[in-house]
Amino acid sequence: MAEEILARIKDEFSKKILKVFEKSPRRIYIDFDSKDIPQVVSFLFREMGGRLATATGIDTRKNIEILYHFSFDSSGTIVSLRTLIDKKNPEIESITPIIKGAEWIEREMHELLGVNFKNHPNLKRLLLFEDWPEGKYPLRRE
Amino acid sequence: MAKTIIPVGPYHPLQEEPEFFKLLVEGEKVLELEIELGYNHRGIEKVAESKSYDQVIFLVERVCGICSTSHPIACVNALEDLADIKVPERALYIRSIIAELERLHSHLLWLGLAGHFIGYNTVWMWAWKYREPVLDICERISGNRNHYAMMKAGGVRRDIDNNDIPHIMKMVDNLLPGLDLFMGAVMDDPVIALRTKGVGVLTKEDVIEYGALGPTARASGVAIDVRKDEPYAAYPLVEWKLITREEGDVFAKIVVRILEMYEAVKIIKQCLEKLKIVGGEIDAKVKEIPPGEGIGRGEAPRGEVFHYIRSDGSNRPIRYKIRAPSYMNVPTNQKSVVGGTVSDATITLAAVDPCYCCTERVAVVDKKTGKKGLTGQDLIRLSQEKTLRLKSERLE
Repeated sequence: MAEEILARIKDEFSKKILKVFEKSPRRIYIDFDSKDIPQVVSFLFREMGGRLATATGIDTRKNIEILYHFSFDSSGTIVSLRTLIDKKNPEIESITPIIKGAEWIEREMHELLGVNFKNHPNLKRLLLFEDWPEGKYPLRRE
Repeated sequence: MAKTIIPVGPYHPLQEEPEFFKLLVEGEKVLELEIELGYNHRGIEKVAESKSYDQVIFLVERVCGICSTSHPIACVNALEDLADIKVPERALYIRSIIAELERLHSHLLWLGLAGHFIGYNTVWMWAWKYREPVLDICERISGNRNHYAMMKAGGVRRDIDNNDIPHIMKMVDNLLPGLDLFMGAVMDDPVIALRTKGVGVLTKEDVIEYGALGPTARASGVAIDVRKDEPYAAYPLVEWKLITREEGDVFAKIVVRILEMYEAVKIIKQCLEKLKIVGGEIDAKVKEIPPGEGIGRGEAPRGEVFHYIRSDGSNRPIRYKIRAPSYMNVPTNQKSVVGGTVSDATITLAAVDPCYCCTERVAVVDKKTGKKGLTGQDLIRLSQEKTLRLKSERLE
């Protein structure tokens, strides 16, 4: 099942895949350029029936790394889309217009890591108190 | 008619997590729902980066007081995925026993509170009465009524003494009459049906769009359960059924949870039987966690728990991501509450099993004058009065 999922993604985005890493039979990590993310997310969600489990943002010191974890429940496989964005200008297209469930995930990453999600319908704070200073991001390493 | 805002929350001593719901209402009808959270944000993901892997398992156990073993299970699953650890069979059965005991006491807790909100205080008292023996079993096995501290990467921390099994088995059997009682009460009571059938409906499409999980998804006909989809612990080794319902209303959520409790009892009994014949180690004795990344999942009483760990080969994670099920379930209220009435809002907000006790702090504020009209007690009273009214109408 996991091979079928990977084959279908490879088929659709053969030119756009930067790297594929198969950690184990049920864990696949695929690297994409940040500009391709909305298209890939839309394909995984709409065409392949993937469920967005969550997204993880990581400050790797040089870049901000975002992992979109998609669960394919019938086979128990998790496909994680990995993308790196510039830490000086961390911007990426929002996927909330595609998947409603991503709204909180992106808002949380916005306030904790300072990622600007373009065209997010409601990009305000989710967890932090309103007195928290602007421009301070708790999960950044600096 | 003037539109009013009803603030629900954020704090109440009973609730599991503080949240704040703003209901925009016109008369009785709910027009919009805004959700605010973060009142209990403790920065656990950040704290985890400064703890060793052994400490992290204890730390994530404190994410939630009710489903306190779900997070350690997801954590050890992630570590075992990261480091390719094989867990001894006996430890797998012990993991499932603890996880299912937790599901039992969590669902009973929910059932009791749901009963209270629709004015069935007898259901509340009885559900919590039958929850007590479950906690006694947890104490017998782990030494604790909650926060069992049983999980560790590669196994479990404490064994179950085989001499204890007959006694534990008897305690588990004694839970069944209680479950039968609730099943009968819910299925046959016409007023519970009137209060919950067709109320707060969440469609299958909404579940998929919002990524809802656990009983909230299963009551809307979406058959997802990590225990079946990506079997962990002893779930592939025992017989049990996945419970789903198609209706998506509050009633379906009650039925799914009650039937799941029967399955939990079935799983626990089979695991106890297996423990009698499966001996051996309970711990793979993991020495170190290599660099890499791991994803671990577990089916908590409320749905899938998702943990992501990245390691650089040191004794601490460099990134620890936690996603609890309510994070995905609570936004679905924007669909299920809107369009309903204020007296149904409490039970609908309650139905995803977040922290509906926030309603104790409800106050109806007139938008123009800023004057308080209804308090939290008033709202529960409204809900309970509706039940009484329905009851008396049936008698006439």
